[in-house]
Amino acid sequence: MQGQYSEKVMEHFRNPRNVGEIPDANGIGNVGNPVCGDIMRLYIKVDDKETITDAKFKTFGCGAAIATSSMVTELVKGKTIQDALKISNHAVAEALGGLPKIKMHCSVLAEEALKSAIDDYLKKKKSGA
Amino acid sequence: MNSIYLDNNATTKMREEVLEAMLPYYKDLYGNASSVHEFGRVARRAIDDARQKVADLLGASSVEEIFFTSGGTEADNFAIRGVFGALRSKGNHIITSVIEHHAVLNTCKFLEKEGCKVTYVTVDKDGLVDPENIKRAITDKTVLISIMYANNEVGTIEPVTEIGQIAKEKGIYFHTDAVQALGKVPFSAKDMDVDIISISAHKIHGPKGVGAIYIRKGTKITPQIYGGHHEMSKRAGTENVGGIVGFGKAAELAQKEILQDGGRIKDLRDYLYKGISSKIESVRLNGHPVKRLPNTLNVGFKYLEGESIVLNLDMEAIAVSTGSACTSGSLEPSHVLTAMGVDPGDAQGSIRFSLSRYNTKSEMDRVIEVLPPIIKRLRDMSPLYEGHKQ
Repeated sequence: MQGQYSEKVMEHFRNPRNVGEIPDANGIGNVGNPVCGDIMRLYIKVDDKETITDAKFKTFGCGAAIATSSMVTELVKGKTIQDALKISNHAVAEALGGLPKIKMHCSVLAEEALKSAIDDYLKKKKSGA
Repeated sequence: MNSIYLDNNATTKMREEVLEAMLPYYKDLYGNASSVHEFGRVARRAIDDARQKVADLLGASSVEEIFFTSGGTEADNFAIRGVFGALRSKGNHIITSVIEHHAVLNTCKFLEKEGCKVTYVTVDKDGLVDPENIKRAITDKTVLISIMYANNEVGTIEPVTEIGQIAKEKGIYFHTDAVQALGKVPFSAKDMDVDIISISAHKIHGPKGVGAIYIRKGTKITPQIYGGHHEMSKRAGTENVGGIVGFGKAAELAQKEILQDGGRIKDLRDYLYKGISSKIESVRLNGHPVKRLPNTLNVGFKYLEGESIVLNLDMEAIAVSTGSACTSGSLEPSHVLTAMGVDPGDAQGSIRFSLSRYNTKSEMDRVIEVLPPIIKRLRDMSPLYEGHKQ
C-alpha cells in the first residue's frame, strides 16, 4: 500500500492541510459513501469577487482519500470559482506526484467534492441566502 | 525504535533453528531426492524425516497421508479440484462457507464454470458456521464439504468436528483449510472425521513456498500437477528439499511449544484488547469472543477507514493489517466481516492484530500508547464522527 504511494501523497497524508470545518462557509460539498470506504466533505469560503478565500475538509477514507482532500483544498485557495471548476481529478493526482491506479477514484472524489461545494455556493447565491 | 510485527496471520518470522536446519540443503546437500546415489539418498532421508514431523504435528496415522505442495493455496486447489475431478461421475455439488479464504472461494468459482454447483453457507455474527446449515445443504449430488478450521481475518474457530461427523454419516468427503489453525490450536487428524487438510509452513515460523496436504488413506482425489513419480505420484515436481526440511523443523518446534506459547500469546492478545478498549471509545471486537485463535484480535474502530490506521501505525513502525493480506488491494469491505453482518461502513474501519511467540508485553504497551492519539486524530478528520462527539 504505502509502497505504491508517492512521497508527496504520504507527505499530505502525514500532514494534511486545511483539516476541519468553516463555520460560515458559503459552499459545502458532500460526496462518497461509507460502503466504498470514502466520504469527503469540503467547505469553501467565497468572497464578493467570487474568489475562494478559504477551503477546509473532513474525510473518512484511505491514505489517498485524505491526501487528495488535502491537495484539492490547497489548489482551490485563491482561485476564482471559474478557475476552480477547471481543476480536474488528473490535476489533483498530478499535483500529488501520481496515484496508484486502484486509488485514482480518490482524485475523482476530490474533484466531485469541489464541484459539489461550488454548486452549493451557486445555489445559495441564486436563492439569495 | 524497534519495529513491532503484529501481522502474523499474513506471515511469520522464520525461526533461527529452521533457517539453520535448511541451510545445508542449499549448500553441500543439493541432491535431487529422486536420484539413486548418495546425494539423492541424503535428500530423500531429509524429506522423509520432515514428512514424519509434519505427520506428527497433524496427528496423521501414517506419513503416507502427507504430500508436500508449494503452499496452502495449492493444497486448497488440489483438495477441491482433486475431489471434484475424482468424483465427477458421482456428483457435482460442493458445500463451503462464505468466509473461506480466496484460495477456496476462487477455486469454487472456477469450478462453477466447469459445471460444479456450489452452496456457500452463511455464518452468524461471530463468524461461526452452523453445522445444521451444512446438513440442510447436502443433496445426493454432494461430493465435498470444505470448511476452514479457523478464519484468517477474525480467528473464529469453526465446528469442524461436528461438520466432519455430518460428512462422515453421509459418506461425503470433508476438507478443512487449517492453514491458520496449524500450530496455534492442537488438533489431530486421526481423532477427527476429516479426509483432507491444507496447511502451510510460513504461518508457523517456517519458510514461504512450501505447504502440505493431508489426504486420508483411501480418499479418491485426482492429481492436479502431472510429471514424475514424486510425492507418491500425487504431486509431481522435484521436491523443494530445503523448504520441506524447514517445514519439518518448524512443525517439530510447533508441536513441542504449542500449548505453552498459545497460553502466553493469548494472554498478551487479551491484554492488548483490554488496553485498546479501555482507552478508545466506540471499538468492537470482531470474531467469536471465546472460540477464537489465541493470537488473533480483530478490532473495529467506528467512524474510520482501516488503511489510514494501518499507515499511521506503520509510521510508528507497528505492522498490522486490514483483513487479510491477500485482499489488501481490494476496495470492497472484508467479505468475512460483511458476512458476519458488520455494517459495511464499520467493516472498513477494522484492523487485525495477529501475534506470535516473538511478541512481548512491552510491545503491547507501546501499541496501547500510540494508538489512541492516532484514532483521535483520524476521527477528528472524519465527517462520520460529528454528532457523536461529547
